[in-house]
Amino acid sequence: MTPTIHPCGDSALMLQLGDKIDAEANARIIALAARIEAAGVMGVGEVVPTYRSLLLRYDPERIRGAEVERMLLRGYEGLSDTETAGRHWTVPVVYGGEVGQDIEEMALAKGLTPDEMVALHSGAEYRVYMIGFAPGFAYLGGLPEILHTQRLATPRQNIPAGAIGIGGQQASINSVAGPSGWRFIGWTPVKSFDPTRPEPFLFRAGDRIRFRAVEVDEGKLLAERIEAGEAVIEPEAAA
Amino acid sequence: MSIEVLSSGPMLTVQDAGRCGLRHLGVSNAGPIDGPAMALANALCGNPVDAAALEFAGPGGSFRSTRAVRFAVTGGLCDIRIEGRPVLASMSHRLNPGEILRVGVPDGVVWGYLAFSGGIAIAPVLGSRSTHLRSGLGGVEGRALRAGDVLPLGPDEIDAPCLRSGNTLRGSKVGEPIRVILGPQQDYFSAEILERLTTEEFTVTPQRDRMAMVLGGVDMPAAGGHDIVSDGTVPGSIQVPGSGRPIVLLAESQTTGGYPKIATVVSADLPRLAQLPVGTRFRFGIVSRDEGEELWLAHCRNLRATLADLVPKSEGVLRSDYLLSCDLVGGIFCPEEVVWSELSQGNRRSE
Repeated sequence: MTPTIHPCGDSALMLQLGDKIDAEANARIIALAARIEAAGVMGVGEVVPTYRSLLLRYDPERIRGAEVERMLLRGYEGLSDTETAGRHWTVPVVYGGEVGQDIEEMALAKGLTPDEMVALHSGAEYRVYMIGFAPGFAYLGGLPEILHTQRLATPRQNIPAGAIGIGGQQASINSVAGPSGWRFIGWTPVKSFDPTRPEPFLFRAGDRIRFRAVEVDEGKLLAERIEAGEAVIEPEAAA
Repeated sequence: MSIEVLSSGPMLTVQDAGRCGLRHLGVSNAGPIDGPAMALANALCGNPVDAAALEFAGPGGSFRSTRAVRFAVTGGLCDIRIEGRPVLASMSHRLNPGEILRVGVPDGVVWGYLAFSGGIAIAPVLGSRSTHLRSGLGGVEGRALRAGDVLPLGPDEIDAPCLRSGNTLRGSKVGEPIRVILGPQQDYFSAEILERLTTEEFTVTPQRDRMAMVLGGVDMPAAGGHDIVSDGTVPGSIQVPGSGRPIVLLAESQTTGGYPKIATVVSADLPRLAQLPVGTRFRFGIVSRDEGEELWLAHCRNLRATLADLVPKSEGVLRSDYLLSCDLVGGIFCPEEVVWSELSQGNRRSE
């Protein structure tokens, strides 16, 4: 993959690998982000990995764009093929119900039963391609093809945090309440973003996520434990 | 020690220098739309430039303090009154306990700033006091302020002088093109459409908030389509959605986006663009990345010089050295009216 460099104004630039959603390109971008972060270059600020590009903000009073560009390309050349191992999470989900309002209609449209939808959704492993749009919002790749579903033409105004969504070929866990045009099939008591927690963000780009179906009662119990400040899920050690 | 909000305009928020280092976790920087103006308001009150102050669009509001404070309003000219007595923007004034401060609508600009000495000392969220309205972070409960809110103030030197600015803040002048650097997705646009970027006049539309402003006047269809695989954005990014109407992202911009970005407004010109009133026509001009960086360096030098050149304001008796030090011929102040509005309960000076 040949990287290209694109300016994003006078204090940011972007290294890009192609123009498609691609797991390998994404893995390289995340590895490059980790490398740049670790190097701690004076004048380099926020490092934002996305699907297939890395945005870097810099302070032109300390480092010029031309130098940042050279550093990025050097960093990319030096990448080994071994991906930085992401963490593994298992997220409990109560499928259907008020929040998962779309599951029956979607199942019907796809010729599946809601139980088959659940088995497909919770049987896959997802990759966190990037965090964006809202604090802690994880864009997940790896959704089985039969579950791909177009977004709504008119977004709904208030989808709660924890809603489990499908938008096109991507899956998501809502991190904050707000409007959304995605379709929703369940909810999790797990808070992917909580600014009052010592570690406000659960997921990082490159992490892997599996969903585990739980009954309504267990979901409520987990929600109470989370409300009491307990961390009900922990990442498994990196593979 | 606190400021009470007695009444509030619709867009009164707490801002500081912004929430930095979290864009990779989806957290917008927020912070002021016009950073230099807020830095000046803070400096005039003896605060560090990154102290928390208030930003407003439309009327500011009315306020009362429980202790003697200094305050300053910046951004542009503005109707400011202490107990009905008009005072000037761009210099600090004393507000005694119990006195009511009213801040009106900034004149000829959109975003105004009101700083208090000591700074607003609410608890930071994720390292910043800035309000991000869309995700409900920072400030007071992540929302715009309203009547009844009480804002704690940080420690203050009670005897410190009120200050005024010795020179002007702006590096670029009204009417000059807003400079942009092409990219990252300028290749989504044909040569003919790219040319429109600099040859036609854009207008400022009413569709604007702290997140972005939608431009009108020029249609900018993208030959490559209006959907990209979402990538990173920055304040200043000019996105072009399917409507063909460009959207300039501002301080509260989302961190990633799926529209092609034809260009990025240079940091030195972004506050000037964001301050243009609705209906203003303007042009873009293209500069190279190197030129854009040079513009930023010059902007930083100018801002530092301005902030270093604040001088104590005469309080009470006007002396000739004070009057001589005022920029009385620069077209901004009329001497009689400075005296009048600073010292007596007269009418507001006229333009």
